[in-house]
Amino acid sequence: MNPAPAFDVRAFVVGLAAGVIARYLMLRIDYRQYPGYPHGYVSHITHGFLAAGLGAIAWPALISKELSAFTFLALAATQFRDIRRMEREALGLQEQTELVKRGVDYIEGIAKVFEARNYLVMFIAAVSSVVAHQWGLLSGVIAPAAAYLATVHLARGRQIGRIARVKPAKVSFDGPLLKVGNIGLMNIGLEADRKVVLEHGLGAVLQPITPDARRTLADVGQRQAILHDVATVLGLRKDVDTVAFTPLARRDLETGEVGFVVVVEEPDFEVLAEVVRAVPLLESARSRAAHLLQRVRRQGERLGPRP
Amino acid sequence: MPSIENAILAVVTQHPKEVSGGLPVFIVQDDAAAQRVAGSLSHILDAMVHDLQNGTLILVRH
Repeated sequence: MNPAPAFDVRAFVVGLAAGVIARYLMLRIDYRQYPGYPHGYVSHITHGFLAAGLGAIAWPALISKELSAFTFLALAATQFRDIRRMEREALGLQEQTELVKRGVDYIEGIAKVFEARNYLVMFIAAVSSVVAHQWGLLSGVIAPAAAYLATVHLARGRQIGRIARVKPAKVSFDGPLLKVGNIGLMNIGLEADRKVVLEHGLGAVLQPITPDARRTLADVGQRQAILHDVATVLGLRKDVDTVAFTPLARRDLETGEVGFVVVVEEPDFEVLAEVVRAVPLLESARSRAAHLLQRVRRQGERLGPRP
Repeated sequence: MPSIENAILAVVTQHPKEVSGGLPVFIVQDDAAAQRVAGSLSHILDAMVHDLQNGTLILVRH
């Protein structure tokens, strides 16, 4: 039997570097999931380093018949679940002091993304080390770039802009009832608050494009995510004791449209529309119910009436 | 911080006969006074003022 080939250190290093660089780039992709603090950076890059190491070592280890090293991959899953927990807890704690809450659905979505990015890093590191080992160092540079672009493309979620149109809408009062377009939002009892809302309020209506979109917009978590992002970018004209300026999104039960008013520092509708369109569709909210409904109906037709 | 949510914390009314029950009721003479009292309470309690449109305002923390 031939002796096992030596461990390919160069392929390992290429994979490791590719993975860490990919993790760094992914930290910057999306302003909403950007850790705002140097410590957040450090912890994510460190985890990214571990993920890259695990991914990069797989192939060289297998080639040199170091099977025990390969089994370490199994540890990765447990390791990275912790990241999800870490993000969930951190954002959950921040929630108490947010003027506009992200909501549990959004937090869960962000936490999952952070976990998944480490698996993507492992994948990129693994691909790079395989290619570097088989076809030389230069291809080990091209491959991770290609793998990176592919994963970023595949892992990019859908956004509100795909399922709904964002239209400006008139903010008005019917007695104390705040309305945007035809949608009643809330009862504001103080004259002074009503004046501020009329003056600084920016109203918008989201029109769902398909029946599925209508169901997605009905999801409370999805609506909260939209409000959070809008408030983050445009800046709320609100403090903890001015409850009346807390944005709410309500739906028109007839049309499925969702309307909201935000009292903001920067009343720029174009920015608002852009922000809303870029809000990710949450996993918990995405609906394929219309499709399901059709299938059940077809089944019902096939089976005919039942006793 | 303990907090009572989705319950009526206080009532500001011009018609005390139309409100009863175990909660703080502030009786005022006119709309201007109602707005003033309700405004102060709103800031103190971090609560939202709702207008029942019968001369009565209620404060609720959501």
